[in-house]
Amino acid sequence: MSFSILGTGSALPATIITNDDLSRIVDTSDEWIRSRTGIGQRRVCTTETITDLAYQAAVAALENSGCRAEELNLIICATMTADDATPSMACLLQQRLGAVCAAFDINAACTGFLYAMDIAAAYFSRKPDYKILIVGADAMSKAVDWQDRSTCVLFGDGAGAAVLGAGNDLLAIEIGANGNRSPLYAPAMAGNCPFRNDVKQSLYLVMDGQEVFRFAVTAMAQTIDRVLQKAGLAKESLTWILPHQANIRIIDAAIHRMKLPGEICLTNIEQYGNTSAACVAILLDESNRSGKFKKGDLLALTAFGGGLTTGACILRWNK
Amino acid sequence: MSTFDKVVEVLVEAKDLETGSITMESTWDDLGLDSLDTVELVMNMEEAFGVSLEMSEDMKTVGDVVKAIDTAK
Ligand SMILES: CC(C)(COP(=O)(O)OP(=O)(O)OC[C@H]1O[C@@H](n2cnc3c(N)ncnc32)[C@H](O)[C@@H]1OP(=O)(O)O)[C@@H](O)C(=O)NCCC(=O)NCCS
Repeated sequence: MSFSILGTGSALPATIITNDDLSRIVDTSDEWIRSRTGIGQRRVCTTETITDLAYQAAVAALENSGCRAEELNLIICATMTADDATPSMACLLQQRLGAVCAAFDINAACTGFLYAMDIAAAYFSRKPDYKILIVGADAMSKAVDWQDRSTCVLFGDGAGAAVLGAGNDLLAIEIGANGNRSPLYAPAMAGNCPFRNDVKQSLYLVMDGQEVFRFAVTAMAQTIDRVLQKAGLAKESLTWILPHQANIRIIDAAIHRMKLPGEICLTNIEQYGNTSAACVAILLDESNRSGKFKKGDLLALTAFGGGLTTGACILRWNK
Repeated sequence: MSTFDKVVEVLVEAKDLETGSITMESTWDDLGLDSLDTVELVMNMEEAFGVSLEMSEDMKTVGDVVKAIDTAK
């Protein structure tokens, strides 16, 4: 007993920031950003909050699933940029949706949506008739230093959601962590405690790009390999791969290593950049709505991120 | 097979280059490769040779990589 995806949704901020827009803020160019990352533009929250986007994505997913908010038994939000430390984003959603169920946030950085799926799968083994809303939502625009050209060009804001119900379509899933702060970290609330006496921390996200690049290429190739093995499937049986959208060069290098054709990978990085926990969820929703998936298609979802965390799963599309 | 020949093999496999265009003196620039290509190639070299390489600014040519691999072996 695992689950089936009953519906998906996503939401993006209205404001588009192009590479040329960024070149007016930091010393960069459209040519550099496109050739090093594959990113052409990203969406950035201006007046909307990340909770607003998560709510819109959740409403869309509920509509798509034919499930009412009151039927939900659990809400899990994956985020590292929630508007409040408390209430959790999931509690704020619960209230706005009018759901009557438990709700909590998890943080696995960019891997959050896969972590949420794994947690949901564990609930389904205990409560097979549950309906669970999972959301991946991040406004990385709040975390990056907009004066640091090596990070601010990479990220964007967005939210994606899925409603899960009884079914057997999660064929294999794996999440993992290799705790290590230095490659990628972003500070939490610091407060103003007058008794605190230590060195000042960075106010923004800090990243060692090349170390993360190496980790990411290996993570993407290896996690897909392992979930395929778990599911007892050959890589040739995959219909689509939905990889975390951090850098097209990571995706290309990993796919080359796996000796798979590039066309199997779905991407939207050109339009949205890296939306952290939302990436895979937005990609899933857009592909669902554009009619890309046929019943029975085998999808591999994979993500990696700060932690360092990794995750991948094999899903049978059954909608 | 010499280290150089194997390095060329890895380069050709990963980046679709012409074998004949690669010499010990070729720089990344000559081969049309940027800094992310070199990160990827160092990973591939490490796997092909079973060594661990330190990425550095001084690794500018194919010859530098060959030397680094022979030292690491
Ligand atoms: C960030 C990343 C694109 C940088 O690429 P890179 O090839 O490693 O680039 P480097 O940091 O070596 O920088 C190369 C040069 O470009 C410059 N540069 C960095 N960002 C730039 C930008 N936006 N525009 C123009 N030049 C830039 C650097 O200053 C450096 O210049 P120098 O050689 O004169 O010092 C790449 O490392 C990456 O994508 N890593 C993975 C990050 C990631 O996915 N994080 C999220 C994980 S969930």
